[in-house]
Amino acid sequence: MLKTSRAALVAGAALLALIAVGPASAQQTVKIGAVYPLSGNSASSGNYAKMAFEMGADLINNGDPELAKIFPLAKGGGLPGLKGAKIQMVVADNQGTPQAGANQTLRLITEEKVAALIGCYQSAITVTASAVAEKYGVPFLNPESVAANLTERGFKWFFRTTPVAADFAKAYSVFLKEQIAAGRKVDSIALVHENTEYGNSVSSVIADAFAKDGLKVTTKIAYAANGPDVQPQVLQLKEKNPDVVIFVSYTADAILYAKTMKELNWKPSILIADDGGFNDPAFTKAMGSVTEGLISRSVFAQGKPGSIPAMMDALYRKKTGGDGLDDVSARVLQGFFVMADAINRAGSTEPAKIRDALKATDLKPDQLVAGYDGVKFDDKGQNILASTLVTQLKNSNYVAVWPKARATDPLVLPYKGW
Amino acid sequence: MILVQVVVGGLLLGAVYALFSSGLTLIWGMMNVVNFAHGDFVMLGMYTAVVIWTALGGGPWASVPIAAILIATLGVISYFFLVRHIMKGPMLAQILGTFGLALFLRYGALYAFGANFKSLPDDLVGHSFVLGGIRFEGSRVLAAVVGLGVTLALHLILTRTSIGSRMLAVSEDATAAQLMGIRPQRMQALAWAMAGAATGIAGALIALFLPISPTSGETLAIVAFVTVSLGGFGSVTGALVAGLLIGVVESLSAFLIGPVYKDVVVYTLFVLVLWFRPQGLMGKA
Repeated sequence: MLKTSRAALVAGAALLALIAVGPASAQQTVKIGAVYPLSGNSASSGNYAKMAFEMGADLINNGDPELAKIFPLAKGGGLPGLKGAKIQMVVADNQGTPQAGANQTLRLITEEKVAALIGCYQSAITVTASAVAEKYGVPFLNPESVAANLTERGFKWFFRTTPVAADFAKAYSVFLKEQIAAGRKVDSIALVHENTEYGNSVSSVIADAFAKDGLKVTTKIAYAANGPDVQPQVLQLKEKNPDVVIFVSYTADAILYAKTMKELNWKPSILIADDGGFNDPAFTKAMGSVTEGLISRSVFAQGKPGSIPAMMDALYRKKTGGDGLDDVSARVLQGFFVMADAINRAGSTEPAKIRDALKATDLKPDQLVAGYDGVKFDDKGQNILASTLVTQLKNSNYVAVWPKARATDPLVLPYKGW
Repeated sequence: MILVQVVVGGLLLGAVYALFSSGLTLIWGMMNVVNFAHGDFVMLGMYTAVVIWTALGGGPWASVPIAAILIATLGVISYFFLVRHIMKGPMLAQILGTFGLALFLRYGALYAFGANFKSLPDDLVGHSFVLGGIRFEGSRVLAAVVGLGVTLALHLILTRTSIGSRMLAVSEDATAAQLMGIRPQRMQALAWAMAGAATGIAGALIALFLPISPTSGETLAIVAFVTVSLGGFGSVTGALVAGLLIGVVESLSAFLIGPVYKDVVVYTLFVLVLWFRPQGLMGKA
């Protein structure tokens, strides 16, 4: 009895599924696949990315009358270039491993038949997932992975909208030289970084850029991100007492550094945190009050009320229940809109046409959520107009303070802390 | 002066290691079962503190006893519904059984609390204070003091009370103990309750200074296993000595050689000790 009823249940469910994705609806939807960490160590970022996709798809499918005035894709009623086809996001879990990322990409291409792909947050997973897309000839857009080699593989279906480590290093270097010109002491710089691919590569790019520009990195401290104690590192800093400290860290260690620096009562006159954990809402919520004046980078700044970033931020807060757009979610949302814009211009779900449309992308700064100088791809698929803003933590919120042209608030130094 | 600060930091860290390892060593000593879900018990203790703070505004004075009761209950439930049965199976079944429990708890927490890091306000037990030029973090001092207290209490219960003697009798020879009128299952359930309570206390205290996420237990479990095997499986005082030793060695090597090398130093020491004393520092040969 039990067996037959279970069989009936399975059959019923299968029937329902068939009805739900019947051929009638297939013509009116464009499926875009996304491969993100919904479980594992980076699940927090992956779930924020998922909400960004849902919000983006909702804007294109159902619209927002206010935003539509300055952002044409938010008119609602789907993609105009495809006779109002709705966008359907299929978000798969990469589980934080390159193997699962590749498998899920394969599934999205062969079983879900997605028209294009977006992913994957972690650089190492973007490597394997985009290789699968390349093999099958499906356009793959990466909004946020910064490993330099991603665009050096000669791929023909790969596009990246985010700035990379060299862009950040250049921004810091120019920023610090401006501080020297303004009369601040920048004689000794300490680089504190976690010791996996992210921390090692970013810190070495920064060290190289600084050496070229005559800035002195006097102390380098590598550490493992998952330990329960960072006191020895902070005591090393306290002993050497550098003018500037740059952190490259994940969330848990970022929280511990902020806490321990206060406990041991030491701070440099300029404290820079290279994004990462220091931009996680969990960090700003818990530690914002003791890290006032912390300098970071972000491609996202809210900007003036009524601007595209400000309105998108408000919508995102509604979606997440309070958390605004940050560096990662803004880049993800930007990546989504670049893809949606390309599919719209392609007027087709044919991969080759979408790729040609991506190649022809030319977005201006005032059409963007992220604070880039625009979106335009070179032959390798890298966005040559990607750039970053330097931000500063004020009352637990990051505000843009550099470059002056896009600053919303004045830069306040020295670092205040608690 | 700065070196003294490093050593003090190491001792405080070590006392915390001892605190969250005592539950693991107790279970091992009592019934030769390695609880792979131990780290996730600690993690649930941490979340108990978070829930009590966010829902009721209660500090450690409320969360520590509640976490002790909750995790002790969880320990007893795990014993009756899982451990009691897998103990009859081969060694592999025991390992995979508690490992499965670990995954169940970890992903249950992910489902219930989400993947975001949570943390408690850093002044729940007062600010840091300066004593003789050395800075002390209030919450870490509290955790260390309670850690010493819990270790001492467990040690006294096991060695000085009749209930402790009965528990040890069961661990020596369950059949013989049964012939003497002791009910082995009751004693083993009691061991899981005591271990759970100690682990819950540890979690609620650690939550005061460590960021909390569903995977927090993973990292802590590795430290706990090293502490317990260095101290000697089953020895509560051994876990204390080993915890303090590891804490100080970690801090000193991180400060003097570099943070990335501290694990190399600790594990070299670990291998050396086990080479000469496979039973651990204070374990029975």
